[in-house]
Amino acid sequence: MATATLGPPGPPTRTRRRGLNRREDTLTGFAFVLPQLVGSLLFVIGPLVAVVWYSLHDWNVLANSFTYSGTDNYERLASDPGFHDALRASGIFSAGLVLLNVSLALALAVMLNQRLPGTATFRAFFFSPVVVSLVAWTIVWGFLLQADGGINGFLSQLGVDGPNWLREGPTAMLSVIVVQVFKNVGLNMVLFLAALQGVPKEVREAATMDGASPWRSFWSVTVPLISGTILLVSILTVVGSLQVFAQIAVLTQGGPGTSTTVIVYYLYQQAFQFQEFGYASAVSVVLFVIVAILTFVQWQTRRRWVFHEV
Amino acid sequence: MKHRNLWGVAGITAVALTLTACGGGDGGDSTSDGPAALRMTVWTSDEAQLALFQEIADAYVAEHSDTVSEISFETLPFEEYTTGITTQIAGGNPPDLAWIFESSAPEFVASGALLDLRPVLEETDGYDVDDLEPDALRLWENDGGLYAYPFSNSPFGVFVNTDQLTAAGQPLPADLIASGDWTWDRAAQIAAATAQTSGKAGLVVRDFEFSVWEYLATIWASFGAQPWSEDGSTCEFTAPEMIDALTWIHDQIFTTGAMPGPGTTADFFAGDAAMTVTQISRASALDDSFGWDLVPLPDGPQGHVNVIGQAGIGVFADGPNAEAAADFLAYFTNPENAERLAAYFPPPRTSLLTADTLQAANAKLSAEQLQAVVVDGIRGAVTKPAHANFAQLQQAIRAELDALWTADADVSAVAESVCAAAEPLLAG
Repeated sequence: MATATLGPPGPPTRTRRRGLNRREDTLTGFAFVLPQLVGSLLFVIGPLVAVVWYSLHDWNVLANSFTYSGTDNYERLASDPGFHDALRASGIFSAGLVLLNVSLALALAVMLNQRLPGTATFRAFFFSPVVVSLVAWTIVWGFLLQADGGINGFLSQLGVDGPNWLREGPTAMLSVIVVQVFKNVGLNMVLFLAALQGVPKEVREAATMDGASPWRSFWSVTVPLISGTILLVSILTVVGSLQVFAQIAVLTQGGPGTSTTVIVYYLYQQAFQFQEFGYASAVSVVLFVIVAILTFVQWQTRRRWVFHEV
Repeated sequence: MKHRNLWGVAGITAVALTLTACGGGDGGDSTSDGPAALRMTVWTSDEAQLALFQEIADAYVAEHSDTVSEISFETLPFEEYTTGITTQIAGGNPPDLAWIFESSAPEFVASGALLDLRPVLEETDGYDVDDLEPDALRLWENDGGLYAYPFSNSPFGVFVNTDQLTAAGQPLPADLIASGDWTWDRAAQIAAATAQTSGKAGLVVRDFEFSVWEYLATIWASFGAQPWSEDGSTCEFTAPEMIDALTWIHDQIFTTGAMPGPGTTADFFAGDAAMTVTQISRASALDDSFGWDLVPLPDGPQGHVNVIGQAGIGVFADGPNAEAAADFLAYFTNPENAERLAAYFPPPRTSLLTADTLQAANAKLSAEQLQAVVVDGIRGAVTKPAHANFAQLQQAIRAELDALWTADADVSAVAESVCAAAEPLLAG
């Protein structure tokens, strides 16, 4: 007590007060993030940990048995041809979706970035599917893509005998990809449009004055300046593509054969149709790791192709 | 310091969550202390059927208010029905009673999830267990126990749009039955000719939709074919009878046009098809917009085979109200209530399987139709395919059969690939 009162008066008190203030700030900060933290623990971290735990068990819901099986489910995955088919289908779906979605969204954004009449209507037209219910959107497309549906009806008017879109391997996957592209291309288009409008006019004018053609100016000036948005859109599209489910469930139920049985649909079959909850949990852990790795790789390689990161 | 605080908050939250989780678990058993609130999952959303169930349930609650306070019927979507039940079980919230498809019967019966109903039914006054049709019970029995009551035994028949057939100048099936000519070949000829005239579909196997292949059993049964052996251990898709049946079906789709191709939607009850193979319970969807008839399934190369679809009601053995639920089931299906339910679901009771009894409850069907299709159709009938591993078999076989639904398909090669996919699952 005596030591405290006799000590140097100035600096220690200020340090203590600064420490107290900092602690108050920290507590206040935690108070603000607490609801989010609890929500994340309850609805994200908790289920994630639980799924990893379940994946180490043989869980038969009907027989009410829950037996520790170690890495059996993961070993089974390695030799399961159905899972390999699902990986292949997801790869095809993701590649097709990213390629079509990003390129179409960018092309539409470039068109809408021109000062032409009717662009607002055009923008609303392509953005409107984003706010439509996914299942309703998919059901309508399901009717259109039937053998005797609207698309083949239109083609027959032109004298073309359309394929049975959802019942033939290549066209079934193509149909699912196109339905998903039209559903979400509007959102990516708006993101690209915002990025394009952020490109300084002077930079493009300078390129033009230096003799660059419009195409050269686009590739060498505009694309590097919006590369951050291209990265964001690519990550979002890849992650979203690996989680596709409703479109498959409504349009093809994984068929014909297993050509459109993507990972999430395979996971759903294992868990909710075959009651293999432990095995399905292992599939979902692997899916989580794949998404995490892809996102990490895309993020790490940003320095190579995102202009701002150079 | 920051890390300590963060871990402190995380620790408090974890403890709070653990306590919350522990607290939540207590609520589930509270019903066992007082009168139970029972819940039965069903796949029907028909208001008249649900009203009848509720009427019977309310009468039971009135008589047993000391043990049961309320009985509710929860409709789950037909397509996702079994998935819905297993999700509820996995979530720790199983229903007390549930309807069960015949295809899932072996899996549910063998799992031990269901209560043996036989002791309760035998001890219930006036239940008359001996009146239950043995053929109807077989699928739901295991080691002398009865694990679900087959409340619905609905035979498959052929609904015919007589207006379309007459307009196409085709003979009516009723006349062909009288002359002994009602065969699948003849039915296909009539369907193809009628479809050509009407521009609509010919013969539709309802609910098949080139995915739910088990409905094709209505055709291949009379070819002497079956998907797997009686003991469920060997694939039979490569048997000559099955090859003949699949070839016949393929021809009707891609050669004669008697059956619509994949991706074509045709609802008989909306007047879009000449004939449809379905269960008699669908008669409720008919109105007077066209003339129709209901006839038994046609004969195949192996003669006449009746096929029925069943649905059972089971009680979950681990539920907190299993005893009360079983007692309600005995009341719900006693002779009096079984007669009332017969308006929609042909019961497994021998005494009620008469044309007169069924006609009193089915105004749309004549006594002759009920005798031919229902009464004669249930005894000795084969049930739609079922297996203890049915869900996986259904998907595996569906995926391989997809290759059959193209014009240039090699039936034998597809059958080989079906068996290659099915054998490991049958063995498992």
